Amino acid sequence: MIINKRTEGSKLTIHIEGRLDTATSPELSKELETALDGVTELVFDLTLLEYISSSGLRVLLSVQKAMNGKGTMVVKNVSELVMEVFEITGFVDILTIE
Amino acid sequence: MMKARLEIPALRENLSQVTAFVGERLEEFSCGMKLQIQLETAVEEIFINIASYAYPENPGNAVVELTCENGTAEITFTDQGVPFDPLSRTDPDTTLPAEARPIGGLGILMVKKMMDKVTYRRENGCNILSIQKKIQ
Repeated sequence: MIINKRTEGSKLTIHIEGRLDTATSPELSKELETALDGVTELVFDLTLLEYISSSGLRVLLSVQKAMNGKGTMVVKNVSELVMEVFEITGFVDILTIE
Repeated sequence: MMKARLEIPALRENLSQVTAFVGERLEEFSCGMKLQIQLETAVEEIFINIASYAYPENPGNAVVELTCENGTAEITFTDQGVPFDPLSRTDPDTTLPAEARPIGGLGILMVKKMMDKVTYRRENGCNILSIQKKIQ
């Protein structure tokens, strides 16, 4: 997994490339611990995300909870396979997907 | 008919070996990206469950058996850990908003929705969880 972050003022865009699974999710979680300070607009660009497991979903859920009340979170460019996982788990209703 | 078996310590760090074992054997069926990812997801969720909960005290093994017959893949996971039927749990409510969402239970829900058939039995001191998916 490769994480790329781009900050523009209080907007943070995170590109996740590869696999968000049991092995890599803790890395994203750790990365986000400090990265969200002062962020009011968070964008996940998932163009290059190939795979997500429930551990990846858990990270997204906790970030969504963290952002509720302090700003917005948008998930962009979701592939068909990742979208299927979002649909099965009801994440389509929790996340703002563009 | 194809049959393969892997016995491996039920440890989280062995996940990649388990998914590689299953992935490599499924490759010869060229079943397509979508089916492969669905099977891989199910394998990850089940193996991680076993690695996390089956052996709270002394570590033990998990056995992964894969058979392919008449276009259907069946993967069976066996452990000698504490009795646990993941299918007996109620599915998490996927309509709840983020704040009210519990953090667990999603893995097995994904398995149930992505596979054609999931069965559990307790036999001779073993948990035996089996998944089936039509791949051809």
